[in-house]
Amino acid sequence: MKFSYYPGCTLKTKAKDLDAYGRRAAEALGITLEELPEWQCCGAVYPMAKDEIATKLSSVRALVSARDLGNDLVTLCSACHHVIKRVNGDMQNDENIRTKANNYLQLETPYAGETKVIHYLEMLRDVVGFDELKKKVVNPLKGRKIGAYYGCMLLRPSKEMQFDNPENPTIIEDFIKAIGATPVLYPFRNECCGGYVTLSKKELAQKKADVILESAMEQGAEELITACPLCMYNLDANSTAHKLPVHYFTELLAEALGVK
Amino acid sequence: MPATEKELAETIRRISGVDTRKCMKCGKCSGTCPAFGEMDIHPHKFVSMVEKGEIDELMQSKSLWTCLSCFACVERCPRNVEPARLIEAVRLAVIRRQGENYLKADQIPELLDEKLPQQAITSAFRKYSK
Ligand code: SF4
Ligand code: SF4
Repeated sequence: MKFSYYPGCTLKTKAKDLDAYGRRAAEALGITLEELPEWQCCGAVYPMAKDEIATKLSSVRALVSARDLGNDLVTLCSACHHVIKRVNGDMQNDENIRTKANNYLQLETPYAGETKVIHYLEMLRDVVGFDELKKKVVNPLKGRKIGAYYGCMLLRPSKEMQFDNPENPTIIEDFIKAIGATPVLYPFRNECCGGYVTLSKKELAQKKADVILESAMEQGAEELITACPLCMYNLDANSTAHKLPVHYFTELLAEALGVK
Repeated sequence: MPATEKELAETIRRISGVDTRKCMKCGKCSGTCPAFGEMDIHPHKFVSMVEKGEIDELMQSKSLWTCLSCFACVERCPRNVEPARLIEAVRLAVIRRQGENYLKADQIPELLDEKLPQQAITSAFRKYSK
């Protein structure tokens, strides 16, 4: 099984682990992730305004590139996934944005949102299947109590992201079970870690991250997993609450598959 | 000539795509907002002030810089109003004015630390600079 793969900037720099473990684990699962040639930064936040066109073009280029290669597009960073998936939605549903982006790009074949965009976790659930994944685990993470941190970007707005139930998601808990560990549910798993305000309003992000960590610890989580480098930073480096170890989910996946 | 408040209100409605008349003023958006405590004007109030065309005051609001774009208000609004889109539109109305960037490149070095992901810088620039 082959996919085009969009790593994004942060996975090439501060979040190399998220990428490296993700690639290794995919290989162990018999999936080929082919990095898109010459992709550009998605911009990290989805430009919500209807008249923002230029800021959406890098995502459109990635989408077109995958289409031309005849592949579905796999993302791994939550923020990249959010941006690219929503821009793809605009290319399908917003005639004004679609026309302007196409006028600008002057493609041989105009683009109208044909590429299917899936997050790595969706690939595990819908392509590999968690039951199959479970069979391939050589090193089950028995006895580890893991809290899933979903954050915002994968789930909301659910109408566009269609990732999972936005208020009671299960995909990461199912993943945790598949790798042999015990998922720990806690109320703040889908609340915001403070995101990008961490740069200009550090204390606000700190406050948000602390609430999440406290909530997870109260319910007995001994570690957290995330798919987002900025969530990782806010929960791990920026928080002031009693620390819990935070890992990228791909690291635990690689560990369970014996390719760490 | 700078845009009048009425013209600005038009622009905000157009670029946000939000129909403020759908709001039933239940306050759920503000109730669920994780930045509630750091805002002077709360999401439900944004909706009614845009409805009334009170844009000048919104453009001064500190909420523009504390909204986390977490989309909780978008997800949980029973009327599908999408308040976060209005906040983004007003934020854009501010930073699209010359010299009104909230974050400037020369501020960045002192804000960096060893572990800060590139994503934090890129997204803050997207939100705060034009
Ligand atoms: S998107 Fe902004 S206004 Fe809406 S709930 Fe999140 S922080 Fe509050
Ligand atoms: S949740 Fe929706 S309907 Fe209720 S006050 Fe907010 S915008 Fe209006």
